[in-house]
Amino acid sequence: MNMIKVKINNMPLEVQEGTTIHDSAKKLKIKIPTLCYHPDLSVAGNCRICVVEVKGSKTLVPSCSMPVAEGMEIFTNTLKVRKARKDVIELLLAEHNMDCTKCYKNCNCELQTIAKDYISENDRFIDVAIKKHIDKSSPSYQKDDSKCIKCQRCVRTCIELQHVGAFTMAHKGEHVAVETFLDLPINEVVCTNCGQCVNRCPTGALTEKHYIEETWEALANPDKFVVVQTAPAVRVALGEALGFEPGKRVTGQMVTALKRMGFNAVFDTNFAADLTIMEEGFELLGRLKSALADKKKVALPMMTSCSPGWIKYIEHEFPTLLDNLSTCKSPQQMFGVMAKTYYAKKMKIDPAKMVVVSVMPCTAKKFEADRPEMYSSGYKDVDYVITTRELALMIQQAGIDFPALEESKCDSILGDYTGAAIIFGATGGVMEAALRTAYEVVTGREVPFKNLEILPVRGMDGVKQASIKIEGCKPEWKFLEGVELKVAIAHGLTNARTLMKLVEKGDAPYHFIEIMACPGGCLGGGGQPIPTNLEIREKRMAAIYAEDRDLPLRKSHENHEVQKLYEEFLKEPNGHVSHELLHTHYKKRERY
Amino acid sequence: MITEKLKKYKKKIDIIFLDTDCAAILDKGLKMSADDVIKELIDSGLKGRGGAGFPTGLKWKFASQQKENKKYVVCNADEGEPGTFKDREILDKQITKVLVGMAICAHTIGADEGYIYLRGEYNYLIPQLNKEIDKFNADLKKRKLNFSISVKSGSGAYICGEETALIESMEGRRGEPRNKPPFPVVEGYLNKPTVVNNVETFVYTAMIIQNGAKFFKDLGTKDSRGGKVFSVSGDTPHPGIYELELGMTLEDFVEIFGDGDTKAVQVGGASGFCVPRRKFKETIIGFEGVPTGGSMMLFNSSRSMYNVLHNFLEFFCEESCGQCTPCRVGCQQLLKGIEGVKDKKLSPKYLDDLRNMSDTMRSSSKCGLGQSVPNAFNSILENFKEEVIY
Repeated sequence: MNMIKVKINNMPLEVQEGTTIHDSAKKLKIKIPTLCYHPDLSVAGNCRICVVEVKGSKTLVPSCSMPVAEGMEIFTNTLKVRKARKDVIELLLAEHNMDCTKCYKNCNCELQTIAKDYISENDRFIDVAIKKHIDKSSPSYQKDDSKCIKCQRCVRTCIELQHVGAFTMAHKGEHVAVETFLDLPINEVVCTNCGQCVNRCPTGALTEKHYIEETWEALANPDKFVVVQTAPAVRVALGEALGFEPGKRVTGQMVTALKRMGFNAVFDTNFAADLTIMEEGFELLGRLKSALADKKKVALPMMTSCSPGWIKYIEHEFPTLLDNLSTCKSPQQMFGVMAKTYYAKKMKIDPAKMVVVSVMPCTAKKFEADRPEMYSSGYKDVDYVITTRELALMIQQAGIDFPALEESKCDSILGDYTGAAIIFGATGGVMEAALRTAYEVVTGREVPFKNLEILPVRGMDGVKQASIKIEGCKPEWKFLEGVELKVAIAHGLTNARTLMKLVEKGDAPYHFIEIMACPGGCLGGGGQPIPTNLEIREKRMAAIYAEDRDLPLRKSHENHEVQKLYEEFLKEPNGHVSHELLHTHYKKRERY
Repeated sequence: MITEKLKKYKKKIDIIFLDTDCAAILDKGLKMSADDVIKELIDSGLKGRGGAGFPTGLKWKFASQQKENKKYVVCNADEGEPGTFKDREILDKQITKVLVGMAICAHTIGADEGYIYLRGEYNYLIPQLNKEIDKFNADLKKRKLNFSISVKSGSGAYICGEETALIESMEGRRGEPRNKPPFPVVEGYLNKPTVVNNVETFVYTAMIIQNGAKFFKDLGTKDSRGGKVFSVSGDTPHPGIYELELGMTLEDFVEIFGDGDTKAVQVGGASGFCVPRRKFKETIIGFEGVPTGGSMMLFNSSRSMYNVLHNFLEFFCEESCGQCTPCRVGCQQLLKGIEGVKDKKLSPKYLDDLRNMSDTMRSSSKCGLGQSVPNAFNSILENFKEEVIY
């Protein structure tokens, strides 16, 4: 790569050829404001807030898209630049719904922040804001066009990261808008509810459907017994919304906060993650037995089913592969049904009076909880799903000084967990957890990786592959002797699609595939604190693996409470009771 | 009815619509080396006839320098500027000359595929174009030139005349301008080097190859060489299409085409400039004065310049792709602003705020559309402010 010499605000700088002005300026500690730019996405260059002056150029130049050239002299803070930026901000405000104090994103809005920085205080321009109904058709999130600034981040997210394309730009000129196919309600199109667009929307145009009031009401109702579960990825990101740097682990404080908020029992989705591994691990071994020992036709590779965005995606896009999905419900739903059956029975609580709240890094989980398949307990298995962001808001509303909180532990009997469960929050984690258990079940020995860390399935590569040769099998698993167990992992639906295309063609020689809908896995979920970028997701990932390392038990089958659950209630993995409560099937959906 | 003066001007130049031996031009062009073609075009001073005026020879040179196996030649026939209709006539009457220009371009830059991106409203031309194109493609095969041309139809969006929006549209996406760089000559259609030229430009390239650079260079002025096909409309007894030398003054132009009561000429369509009567004498039609893609609209004293401006702004509100902020919202502000002033809901002083804002449209819009909206706005306001206010 050639190095290029430039001057920014008269300061000399040498950068690699191809670097944009925006990124070059960053190296000199100059922050150029942006709106349509997002580090996870392609460059759009359409908001025009990042314009700068380049000597010799007639027009101003968008710094996000313009690469530097030899000898370029750039000025980021001239009167001309300031005037243009101020005009652009005020033009955006002229078409914006200005009910800021009533907006869910108030004080967490990029447009608002830039408007504040450039002191936009007069109504210079004519109000041209549109009045259109808010699309509230999805249980996961809502879309308010009156707050849309047409930056197209959501459109790019949906097509580039997820290859879904639920949103597109429609119409021209003053009528231009982000729309679904034929402007159908969101719940009628291919949208997977993953919420990646919500994570990247700079304003309040896309926000999660919040269930904060419903949760407070349940907590205030003396007739209700309210239990809460928190997903593994929440504890490594919640801190970001409450004053900590990314990567801070706040498990203990989170539990304390939930107890203070008044939940009758504070549990952990991790418990159900360990349970999922038992069910899914034995399901995989069962399918392998059918295929290898009994020579029966069975759908392989088996694919994970924990990620509800992924489930809806495959229902729309690859319905012929639905049989390959594990029949296991996700940990959230396993938890809900165990709470309202096993736990309720044991604690002599009327399940009709029980409310299960789950705190998830995910917006698709809200949709999942509403699915008709998720009423196995005889009630709605999970009543309310709130995101990491909503929990942070509730903690603030409750007046809890979060950083100063002491740590505490989850309640029993749905609160015990192993390191294998915590890594569910990172891409490759379910695979690693499944391998830790399956290998040991089959051979009686631990997986042959130092400290149980199966490094080939970890990391941020979009599609990962690994294989383990199974040797020294116990007698009942003899058919697996010498088999090279092949696995693949993808995160982000664009990567999932790449893998599914291979499976569809029969070019995927894998036994087991893990798919997570979101970049990085759940830790990059659509319900996590905003902003998100690779650096932040990597910090969350490091925190997840650190949690795993610090736990005394790191294999799902060692979870004492799960062992007890099998003894007292389920009897055996993939048994009759399990099939009734913990497994399900999915359906084909249309591709609008 | 045509005046003596017009006859004089017409006699001076007849390049575009002159029937000629196209096969001979093609043979001559294909025998020339790429460097010779480029040199000839650069020497001729030919600038793009779509309106932006980029030197054609340089464009071909850049494309020829790209080390790519796949390259494209695209003829921009998305003639959408209000008041232009000359490309339609050229396609109708002289399609072979256009094709010859494209083939010489392909030979020069090393392209093997060519497209005519045709304005959706001109789809009725497709059968006759295809007939000529098929014949021409067969001719090229006989000459062993690995190049073939086909038509792609647009859908009527003005923005698709902008070359990168045109390419997006050709690729099956929304017609939205791209970020530049990379320019189409480096990464164009399907991200391959692509020359996009106007219909008329291709004809001039063919004619320059036939007659040499000097014949073209001798016409026009230092900054505006050659001839230009004008679409004349509005308050004129002689509406139509005329090929004239560049560099004539508006005074001469109005003397020929005016109805004796011309108060303003809109040069270059909605994205061009409005020139009032008192500036006719000093205004040169060409790149050193007011450039035009061909549109010449004459207005006499019966016309309200407020209505003219209002019409243009409505057009831009509708035809902006809506992608970038200054253009999308700026156009609406200009339109609603002049309406507000006219209705006395806004102070006439507000027009100054709008002019101030239009500087940002010019400096910060993503493409030529948004950047040129202030042309009409400012020039009409500057010269006919009283008509806008009262």
